[in-house]
Amino acid sequence: MAQVDTTTNAGQLLAAASGGRRRVGDRVFSNTATAAGVTILALLAGVAIFLVVEGLPAVTAAASDLPEGKSLVDYVAPLAFGTVLAATFAALVAVPLAVAVALFITHVAPPRIALTLGYLVDLLAAIPSIVYGLCGIFVLGPATVPAMKWLEANLGFIPFFKGPASTTGRAMFVAGLVLAVMILPIVSAVAREVFSQTPRKLQEGAQALGATRWEMIRMTVLPFGKSSIISGAMLGLGRALGETMAVTIILSVSGIVTFNLISQANPSTIAANIALDFPESSGLAINALIATGLVLFAITLVTNMAARAVIARQNTE
Amino acid sequence: MAPPVEKQADPSGGALALASTGISGGVLPGWAPYGVVAGSALFAAAALLAAGSFSVGVMLLGAVLVACAVLYSWSRAVEGSRRAKDRVVTLAIAAAFGLAMIPLISLLYEVAKRGIPGLSVEFFTESARGVINGGGAAHAIMGTLVITGVAVLISVPIGIMAAIYLTEYGSGKLRRALTFFVDVMTGIPSIVAGLFAYALFEIFFGPGIRLGVMGSVALSVLMIPIVIRSAEEVLKIVPNHLREAAYALGTPKWKTIVKIVLPTAFAGLVTGVMLATARIIGETAPLLVTTGVIDSINSDPFDGRMQNLAVYAYNEYRSPGVMKQASYDRAWAAALTLIAIVMILNVVARLIYRRYKTETR
Repeated sequence: MAQVDTTTNAGQLLAAASGGRRRVGDRVFSNTATAAGVTILALLAGVAIFLVVEGLPAVTAAASDLPEGKSLVDYVAPLAFGTVLAATFAALVAVPLAVAVALFITHVAPPRIALTLGYLVDLLAAIPSIVYGLCGIFVLGPATVPAMKWLEANLGFIPFFKGPASTTGRAMFVAGLVLAVMILPIVSAVAREVFSQTPRKLQEGAQALGATRWEMIRMTVLPFGKSSIISGAMLGLGRALGETMAVTIILSVSGIVTFNLISQANPSTIAANIALDFPESSGLAINALIATGLVLFAITLVTNMAARAVIARQNTE
Repeated sequence: MAPPVEKQADPSGGALALASTGISGGVLPGWAPYGVVAGSALFAAAALLAAGSFSVGVMLLGAVLVACAVLYSWSRAVEGSRRAKDRVVTLAIAAAFGLAMIPLISLLYEVAKRGIPGLSVEFFTESARGVINGGGAAHAIMGTLVITGVAVLISVPIGIMAAIYLTEYGSGKLRRALTFFVDVMTGIPSIVAGLFAYALFEIFFGPGIRLGVMGSVALSVLMIPIVIRSAEEVLKIVPNHLREAAYALGTPKWKTIVKIVLPTAFAGLVTGVMLATARIIGETAPLLVTTGVIDSINSDPFDGRMQNLAVYAYNEYRSPGVMKQASYDRAWAAALTLIAIVMILNVVARLIYRRYKTETR
C-alpha cells in the first residue's frame, strides 16, 4: 500500500513538472478502470433490479391468473423444496469426496504429478452442463437402477429410499449424483488451496514426534482447513442450487413434495422449472417464472455471500 | 491456533507407539499396498464371476473394501495399529480420487462413443432449415460462435479494466466491495443470468423478444467475474520493480500499465480469457431463455432468433423427430463438438501459458 502511495506521489510530481499534460492520460485511464469496476457492481445490482421489476407483476397478480392457478408462494414452495433437497444431497455426497481428493492432491500424490491431477479435477468443471445432463439420463441413470432397487429393498425403511424405485433412472438420486460430480471441482479447489497452505512447521512438528501421515493430516491439515471446507461446501451448495440443465434433463417432475430420492415422481427445482416452462410461456406466466428466478437468486446470493465472508475472515486471520 | 500436536501425549503414545511404528517392529514391503489392491481386484472379479452377476461398479467397490480389510489386518499384525490405520486411510483417499476420476473418464468415453455416429460432413455444413428429419448443425455452430464471440467482446474489456482497477488503482471501500462481489458474482446461477438478460431486453423491446445478443449479455454476466479473477491473479504477480523502473524513467502510470504491466502479464491474460470462454461456451440454460430456437443460419446477433450447439443438443434430445435415434445421435454429436471445443480451449490455454509466460522473478 505504502508503495502505491509513493508511486502516485512520484507520478503527481512528474505530472506537475511537465505542466499537467501527462495527467490527462492518467486521469482518463484511471477513470476508465474505476468505471469498469463500478460497472460490475452496477451489473450485479442490475440483475436484482430487473428481476424485481419483471417479477413484481406476478407478486401482485391474483392467484387465479398465475400458472396452475396457485398463489405465488404456493407455486414457489415445492420448487424451492426440490431445489434445496437436490442441492443438499449433492453437497453431502460431494464434500467428503472433494476433501479426500484435495488431500490426495496436496498430501498423498507425488508432488511432481500433483499439478496435473489438479488440472484433471478442474476439467470436470469445464464440461458443459448439457453433457452432464445427457450422460445422466442415458448412462448414469440406467446404470444406477440396480443400486436404487437395492436401496429400496434393503434400506426402504428410511424415508429417502422408500421407493418404488425408478426403473428409468429419472430420479432425484441420479440428479443429485450428477450435481455432486459437477460441484466436486469447486469444493475441492477451495479445500486444496488452504490445505496446501498448512504451515510446514506444524506438519513437520507432528511428523517429527512420530505421527503417521494420517495422524499428521488429522492433527494439522484438517483443523487448519476446517473453515475452508465449510466455505467450499457452501460454494458447492450454491452451485448445486442454481444448476439447471442436468436436473432439467434427468428428473421426471410431478410437482409433489417428497423426501423420496429414488422414485419416479420428483419435486422439480426452481431452475429446472424455468428451463422447462419458459420457452413456451407468455404473459403473466413469464413474470411468475422470473419471480421464482428472483427467489433462486436470493437463495444463492445469501449462500455465496456467507461462504465468501467465511473465506474473507480466514484470509485476514 | 494451539499446536494440536500436544494431543499426541496420550498414555499409549510416545516412545511405545514410536517403537511399534516400525523401528522395533517389522515394515511391510514396498509393494504391499499395490499387491493387496491388485489381489483384491482379482478376488472381487473372480467372486462376482462365480456368483454370475458381474458389474464393474460392484467389483471396484468390493475390491476397495477387501483391500482395506486385508491391508489393515496385515499391517496391524506386522506394523501395529497406528501404521495400519495410516495405510487404510491413504488407500481410501487414493480410492476417493479414483472415484472422482471415473465420471471424467467415462463421460469422455461415452460422449466420444455416442457422438461419433452423428458426426458427418453434413453436420458441419448444413442447417436444419426446411428439413423434417435430419439436417446439420451448421446454424447451431454459427450461433455458438457468434453468441460467444460477442460475449467475449463485451466481457474482456470490462473484465480486464476492472482487474486493472483492482490491482493498480483500487483502494478503500470500493476495492473491498468489488473484490467481495466479484466472488459472489461467480456464483450467480446461469439461468438467473439468462432471466436478467431477458428482463433487461423485454423492458426495451417488449415481451417475447429473442435475440442472439441477449444470450451474449447473459453469458457476459457469467464470464466477467471469471475474467476479472484470472486477470487479477496474473496482474498481481507482475513484479513491482518493473513498475518502479518505469516510474523512475518518468513514464506516466497509464503508460506503465499499457506498455509494461499488460505485456508482462499477456500470456496469463490470454490463458484466463480462453479458460473463461471455455467455461461459458457450453452454457445452455441462459440461452434457452434468451436466444430462442431456429432452424436456419443466422449470423446477425441483433436480428431475431439464433440457434446454438448446447440448446440444439437439448432440443434434439427433448423433442426428437420421428427417427428418434437419429435425433439422439445429433444431440450426442453436438455434445461431442462442444466438449471438443472446450477441451481444445483448455489445453491450448495451458500450453500458451507454459510457452509464453514471462518469468516474473
